Amino acid sequence: MSGRGSGSPYAPHTDAETEAMLDAVGVDDVEALFDIPDSVHFDDKFGIDAKSEQEAVVETKKRLRRNDDLTEFLGRGHYEHYVPSLVDHLAQRSEFLTSYTQYQPEVTQGFLQALFEYQSMLVEITGLGVANCSMYDEATALAEAALLAKRVRAADGDRVLVPDYVRDGHVSVLENYTNGAEVVVERYGTDAGNVDVDALADAIDDDVVMVYAENPTTTGAVEEHLNEIGDLVDDHDALFCLGSDPVALSLLQRPVDVGADVVVGDASVLGLPTSYGMGLGVFACREDFLRQVPGRLVGASEDADDNRAYTLTLQTREQHIRKERATSNICTNQAWVALRAAIHAASLGSEGLVNLAERMVELPRDLAADLDDITGVRAPVHDRHHFREFLAHTDQPAPAIASDLEAEGFAVHAVGDHRLQVCVTDANEHAADRLVAAVEEVTH
Amino acid sequence: MEHYDQAAYRQVDDDQYEPLLAEKDETTTEVESPLPDELTRDELELPSLAEPELARHYVRLSQQNYGVDSGPYPLGSCTMKYNPRFTEDVAALNAASVHPDRSAESVQGTLELQHDLQDYLGRIGGMDAVTLQPPAGAAGEFAGILLADAYHEANDEGHRDEVLIPDSAHGTNFASAALGGYDVVELPSGDDGRVDLDALDAALGENTAALMLTNPNTLGLFERDIERIADMVHDAGGLLYYDGANLNALLGRARPGDMGFDIMHFNVHKTFATPHGGGGPGAGPVGVTEALAEFLPEPHVRQTETEKYERYTPEHSVGKVHGFSGNWLVLVKAFAYIDRLGDDGLSDASAKAVLNANYLAEQVDYNVPLGPFHHEFVASAGDQDAADVAKRMLDYGVHPPTTKWPELVDEALMTEPTEVETKDNLDDLADAFNAVAADDTETIENAPNRTTARRIDQTSAARNPRLSWYDLD
Repeated sequence: MSGRGSGSPYAPHTDAETEAMLDAVGVDDVEALFDIPDSVHFDDKFGIDAKSEQEAVVETKKRLRRNDDLTEFLGRGHYEHYVPSLVDHLAQRSEFLTSYTQYQPEVTQGFLQALFEYQSMLVEITGLGVANCSMYDEATALAEAALLAKRVRAADGDRVLVPDYVRDGHVSVLENYTNGAEVVVERYGTDAGNVDVDALADAIDDDVVMVYAENPTTTGAVEEHLNEIGDLVDDHDALFCLGSDPVALSLLQRPVDVGADVVVGDASVLGLPTSYGMGLGVFACREDFLRQVPGRLVGASEDADDNRAYTLTLQTREQHIRKERATSNICTNQAWVALRAAIHAASLGSEGLVNLAERMVELPRDLAADLDDITGVRAPVHDRHHFREFLAHTDQPAPAIASDLEAEGFAVHAVGDHRLQVCVTDANEHAADRLVAAVEEVTH
Repeated sequence: MEHYDQAAYRQVDDDQYEPLLAEKDETTTEVESPLPDELTRDELELPSLAEPELARHYVRLSQQNYGVDSGPYPLGSCTMKYNPRFTEDVAALNAASVHPDRSAESVQGTLELQHDLQDYLGRIGGMDAVTLQPPAGAAGEFAGILLADAYHEANDEGHRDEVLIPDSAHGTNFASAALGGYDVVELPSGDDGRVDLDALDAALGENTAALMLTNPNTLGLFERDIERIADMVHDAGGLLYYDGANLNALLGRARPGDMGFDIMHFNVHKTFATPHGGGGPGAGPVGVTEALAEFLPEPHVRQTETEKYERYTPEHSVGKVHGFSGNWLVLVKAFAYIDRLGDDGLSDASAKAVLNANYLAEQVDYNVPLGPFHHEFVASAGDQDAADVAKRMLDYGVHPPTTKWPELVDEALMTEPTEVETKDNLDDLADAFNAVAADDTETIENAPNRTTARRIDQTSAARNPRLSWYDLD
C-alpha cells in the first residue's frame, strides 16, 4: 500500500493521485477546500486509535465475548428459528448488500423483484390486498397502523385500544408515534390469556379508531376470539389491527377471514438470528387503504420494450415528495432483512412453513407438560393452545428462579412475582430436557 | 431478453414472463394441525424451490442489481461508500446474537459495546450523551423532535408548536416534525443557497420549538453563519437540531456540538459505512447536550462504579422509539468501522470525500452554480431533463446522481462520489457525465438501452397498482 499514507484504508488514493487532484482543483492542501470558520473548527482529536483490520476484529470480539453463553428460552416478541445457511450466503452477495433504495429501477430489478416477492408472500399469508416492503419492527408498524386508522376512518375519533398483554415498550412506541395526532392509547382487559370480549365490548365506542389484538399473544396463547373481535370492531366502524408473524400465520387463522383490516408484526422470525431485538416490521392492509399506506411499495410495470419490470410506486405518499403531508416519515427501512426473510420463506416453502408452525404448537405443549410435573410449578398457566411460548406459575419467587437458572446456563423470563415465561422453538428444543432438569434442581 | 430466460424467470407463454417464485400452483399445502380446525387456516400457497433452484433464482436477481461493489454510486446525500466486509463478520459472531430481554449481568459484552459506541459518537459529534435506539435517520429525527418536545414541556414552554426547516432540507425533516404534531415553517434559502438570516429572524418567535439544519447543507455548502444562527435560535428559546446526513464532510474538522447544536442524529449507514442493503437497515443514533440527556429513550446504557455496565431509565425519559434497542447488528458494524479507522482514518475519509467531490466537479461540463461545496456538489443539467440525464448515465455503466433535488438548482444533479473512488474512477464518471451532456434530447429521452430493463413506465405502475403476484395478469 505504498504511497497511501496512514489515512482511511478505504480511500484508495496514492499520494501522487492526491497531488494531481489537488493541482486540478487549484489548491495546495486539501484543508483549503473546507469552508469552515476558525471559530468552530475542531482542532483536537477524538482519541480513537486507528487499528489494523485484525486488531479491530479483536477489539470487537473482546467485548462481545463478555456475553455469557446462555441457552435462551426467551421470546415475548423476539424469536429465533434456525436460519438455513443459504440465506446468509445469498443475502451477502455484494449486489444486494451494497445497493441503495431502488431510485433507478432499470439497474435494480433484482432487489425490486425480491421485494415484490416478499410483498406477495405477505399478501398470501395475510389474505389482505397490500403489503409494504417493510417497517422497522412490530412496534413501529403498530404505531403506523394506528396513524393509518386515524386517517382513513370516516368518522372522527381518537381512541386506540390495545390488550393488556402488549409489552410496555411497544405501547410506549405507539404513544410516542400517535401523540402528535392526538390519539389516546388505552388498554383493555384479557381473560385467561385471551381477549376478554366482554371487557372489549365495554371499552369500545364510536370514538375508537382501532382495536389491536395479537395471535399468538405476547404471552404465547393462541387467540380463540378473533371472529368475535372482528365483528365487534366492525360494529363500531373501527379498524381491527392484528399482530402476528409469518410463521404463526402459516398455521393460524388467516387474518382476512377474521375481519382484520391491518396486520402488523415482526417478520424477522425468518431470516435473522436473535439480534438484540432488531426487527422487520410487517405492514399489510386492505386494498382500500392503498393510498394511505406508510413506507415503500414495489409494483409491477412494463419497460420500453414492454417487458415485465418492477419499480417503487405510489411514491407521492412518501416524505421525499410529500414532505410534511407524507403518510409516514420513514425513508430507510429494513429492505435487506426483508430479502433475508423472503429467502428463508422460499427455502421452507408452504410445507416447510406449516410444518415449522405445527412444531411451534407441539413444542410448548410438551415442555409445559414436563414442567407441570415438577412440584411447585404449574404450566401452562392458561388453559389455551400455545405457540412457541407459555406462562408457568411457580410457588417460589419467579425472579429468584430465573436468576438461579441463569447460573445453570439458561435464560427465561420472569414476568411476575410467581410467573415465568418460557419460549421453545426449533432453535433451543435440543436443550428442553436440560431446562426441565435445571428447573427441578433450582426449585428443590 | 435472452438473459431473462434463465433461472429468475420462466417463460409462461410467448410474451409473458413471471417470477419463478410466482409459480406456486404445485406447492399448496393443506393445513392439518394439532389445533382445532376453527383456529387454523385451510391452506397456504407459497412457492417452494429446491435449494439449487433457489440459489440460482437469487443469484440471478443479484446479477440484475447494481451496488457499490459494482461501480461508482455518486448518489447525493446518500454517502454510498464501500462497506468493509470484516464488519459483516463481527456482526455475525454468535456472541452478538443475544435476546434483548437477557439480564444485564449476562450481556456485559453487548452493553460494553453499546456504551463504547455511545462514547465514540459523542466524541465525533461533540455531544454529551448519545442514544443508539433509533433504527434509521428519520427515526432519529423523530426521536429528536420528541426530545425537544419533552424539553420544552419540562420548561413550561409546551406552547412552542413550530419547527423551522430550510427549503433545501431532506423530506424526512418535514415529515418527522409533522409526525411529532408540530407545524412546519419552511424557510426560503438565500441566493447563496444558505440560510437567509432575515428570513430566519422573521420566522423565529415564541412558538419556535426548533430549527432543523443540515450542515453542510444539501448543496454541500457550509452554513458559515452557524454561530449566529445558533445564537438567534437559542435567544428565541428554541433548540437547534443537526441532521447528520452530511457528516461525512466534516469528520475531524468540525463537530455539531461545537457549532451550537443541541440535538443531532448520525446516519451510520452513511458516515460509518454500514451497508444500505437495498434500502435498509440503517441506524440513527441521536446525540444531545447535557441539558437534554435526562430525556433520552430507555433503556440507556452506562458504566457503573465497579466497571460494569447497566441499563437504566433516564430521569425524564421520553420512553421508546423502537420496540427493543434498535438495529443492533448495524450498530456492531458501525462500532467496528469507527474503531478501525480511528482519528486518522475518519479525518482522511472526509478529506478524500471532499477532494473527490471537488475534483469531479472540476471535470464535469455541467454548470455547478453554488460553492464552495464539500463532500457533494449540485450541478445543473441546464436545458436537459435531469431525470433523463440519469437514465442515460446508466448506459455508460455508472450509477447516476440524485436528480431534481434540491430544487434550488434547476434540473439538479446532486453528486456525492465519497472517498472510495480513485482518480481514474472519477475521470470515468466525468466522461459519463460529459458524454450525456453532449447527447441529443432524443437519445437521452429513450435511454437507457444497455440495462437489465429499459425505461420503466412509472405512470402505469401508479395508475394500475400491481403490488403482488395476485395482481399480475
